[in-house]
Amino acid sequence: MQRSNSVKGDLIIRVAGESGDGSNATGEMLAQAAARSGLYVFTFRTTPAEIKGGPVMVQVRASNSPVRSMGDAVDVLFAFNQEAWDLHHQDMAPNAVLLYDPDEFTPPDSFTGIRYPIPINALATQAGNKRGKNVAALGAVATLFGIGAARLEDIVRAKLGKKADLLELNLKALQAGIDYAKQEIKKSDSFWVESQAERELLVMTGNQAIVAGALHAGIGFFAGYPITPASDIMEGLAATLPKLGGGYMQAEDEIASIMACIGASYGGKKAMTSTAGPGISLMSEAIGYASMAEIPVVIVDAQRGGPSTGLPTKMEQSDLNIAVYGGHGDSPRIVLAPASVAECFHLTVWAFNLAEQYQTPVFLLSDYSLSFRTETIEKIDYASYPIIDRLKPPADLPADQYKRFELTESGISPMALPGMAGFNYTASGLEHNEHGDPAYTPKAHTAMTEKRWRKFEPLKASRDYVRRFGSEQAKVGVLCWGTTAGPARGAVQMAIDEGLSVALLQVQMLSPLPEVAIQEFIDSVEHVIVPEVNYSGQFAKLVQGTLGVKVHSFTQYTGLPFTQTDILRKIQEVLGVSEAITA
Amino acid sequence: MSDNIALTQAPRKIADYKTDLKPIWCPGCGDFAVLAAIQQALVAQQIDPKDLAIVSGIGCSSRLPGFVQCYGLHTVHGRSIPAATGLKLARPDLTVLAVGGDGDYFSIGLGHLPHGVRRDVNITCIVMDNEIYGLTKGQTSPTSPNGHVTKSTPTGNEAQPLNPLALVLASGATFVARGFSSQPKQLAELIRLGMQHEGFAFIQAMSPCVTFYDTYKLYKERVYQIPSDHDVTDREAAMRYALETDRMPLGIFYNVPAEKTKAQRETISFDIESYMSRYLA
Repeated sequence: MQRSNSVKGDLIIRVAGESGDGSNATGEMLAQAAARSGLYVFTFRTTPAEIKGGPVMVQVRASNSPVRSMGDAVDVLFAFNQEAWDLHHQDMAPNAVLLYDPDEFTPPDSFTGIRYPIPINALATQAGNKRGKNVAALGAVATLFGIGAARLEDIVRAKLGKKADLLELNLKALQAGIDYAKQEIKKSDSFWVESQAERELLVMTGNQAIVAGALHAGIGFFAGYPITPASDIMEGLAATLPKLGGGYMQAEDEIASIMACIGASYGGKKAMTSTAGPGISLMSEAIGYASMAEIPVVIVDAQRGGPSTGLPTKMEQSDLNIAVYGGHGDSPRIVLAPASVAECFHLTVWAFNLAEQYQTPVFLLSDYSLSFRTETIEKIDYASYPIIDRLKPPADLPADQYKRFELTESGISPMALPGMAGFNYTASGLEHNEHGDPAYTPKAHTAMTEKRWRKFEPLKASRDYVRRFGSEQAKVGVLCWGTTAGPARGAVQMAIDEGLSVALLQVQMLSPLPEVAIQEFIDSVEHVIVPEVNYSGQFAKLVQGTLGVKVHSFTQYTGLPFTQTDILRKIQEVLGVSEAITA
Repeated sequence: MSDNIALTQAPRKIADYKTDLKPIWCPGCGDFAVLAAIQQALVAQQIDPKDLAIVSGIGCSSRLPGFVQCYGLHTVHGRSIPAATGLKLARPDLTVLAVGGDGDYFSIGLGHLPHGVRRDVNITCIVMDNEIYGLTKGQTSPTSPNGHVTKSTPTGNEAQPLNPLALVLASGATFVARGFSSQPKQLAELIRLGMQHEGFAFIQAMSPCVTFYDTYKLYKERVYQIPSDHDVTDREAAMRYALETDRMPLGIFYNVPAEKTKAQRETISFDIESYMSRYLA
């Protein structure tokens, strides 16, 4: 193997195979090794909905600069079998490299790119364990492209070190992959990524960051029901929360999950549940109750393709409507949407803070791609987060003057907790008076409805939940939410590099909409493009309906995230730029 | 507050557990007697209202928390068991009751009942069973008899009634009792014993609806006391009483100590830096 002089600081490697054949582990260990060597990492994976069998892939993007999306074309494809080639070769960049096991299949003659046959099955078998082919693949791919090469052994020890005899065989397989790449492959491509800096990075998934954020915010109770892709939020809290003295419950269904959280929160604990779209549908009535009775609760919705069971292992941004509008009656709530693993931590802390401050249900809209992808994130300044607790009656307030639903100017009224003598009240889903007693008069319903909505007025004017990027004076503005912000930001950068005048506004709070900041952004550009992964343009309609503006809705509903190029093409189309794209 | 003040306080009376709200129930409704029995049980145990939470669903009977000096959680239809469970898990220091009707516990919220039983969290569940939907003005309920003519079953109920006591016994309940609103003294005692039980206590309180299905006469003909020699730790014997449907046995069917499966855990304080160190690359 000879190292090329040409170096690309950003590389996308896709490892594809079949569920259970170890290809997933190759990708994951590659990502870990890259992160441990100081590279920024962003993974993307697809899995079948079934437990065994079916095609899987893990894509690892590793770079010397921070990465915000999975990237576009694949630079290196490692196809473990024929089907992996069939499914993924069309995603390869024109100069991409193919790695494959020649004992599994032979690429067609029509493929004229660089190919490196690596007999991973044979290498692993010779090393004494046929199942070690994923480790042999790891050794070869890291050796050929530089990614994490120095840290491979650490990673294999950490991941596979539980059984000493197996570990030895795996280390042999790893070495066999490294030696094969060095001795038998004549490197003729130009891809090479090596860390140029010592960085202290955290490497975690979106779901792990949500668990960490909840713990940092002071979660005291969790209830949930298993569902893809949210289950490992529940599992993460099952493993930690009881040790911290918190309450934990695996519920019989999602209705029980949210009701248990409401009960716990009524008792004064910060409570959270996590689910996906089908669970949100079941929770809708209870969420309206929490809104009506003004009980704080955090609801994570890891969106997947819908409606109904839909695409349980694909991403979609199609639960915006149910999060913002779901349930009967006028039920105000807060909806937040993270775009990255770092934002999963950040916005989970804020979801708790806002739930407490405004005594309301708060949604955190994640999605399948974010739940499971691994990203490197910079160290977090934990102390920079204020931790907010709900307003309670002042200690010197005579109990007979206490009104749980007092009509205050802010709409926020002090919430007594069980145990406080003389402050007892009933939290009812019935319309009520200031004391919480049932009241159905026009006056009571008008006053209480306005109180519940008035609470959120300050948030509409807030600038804390938008992120702007790109040209100061832009012709085109890309307005987006959730994980689409990743590829959208890449697309805006590509457009700016082409000399186009483009800016991006990522909206992190979808309810209430930060109207002032959005209006300002829209006013500052000539065209607004709203890319989102759903059919009906849910966010575009929300913005149009709220602000009375016209936007270019740009939707995709493949179950997959946008690529940067998809969004760049739309920007060019709106600007009337016709030249061919060189991605 | 020092203990001395509590000691010198006069004992709490029924009036101390009443609120200014007047019950919305029809004159003669069985729920008045259930409310009074709950208040009697609270007096008997001198429960401090600040440490008492009553969780309910939807229906005439579910309005009960508003009529008791307590922290009330009047939730949505059928969901009082999970709400009460979450509250009790979060606040083990509280006394938690879950109350509601047959529609709440045996129809829309039936799915939660066996799981409440299985978890055996220390809450007392009191079902005011009138075998009819009262608040919605007279439709058949899961415990209505076969053939019952109501507005929703004009040609007679074609379904068989559910057997709640057999259901909870089969689910592994550790405290199962039935009372009758016309026998309020016993009902209060059953509620008291249910509250003393350190697990999920299930009490079916037969509570006739005078407006839509007046069963006072029928129940009075059918009820009888479970004999005092019944072994309340004998689950099969309890099940035999539960399966009696021609007559209506009253009293404690089953009462065994709740399993103490919840291990006492040593709790640690949370440190975000050390927690996150597991994710360092």
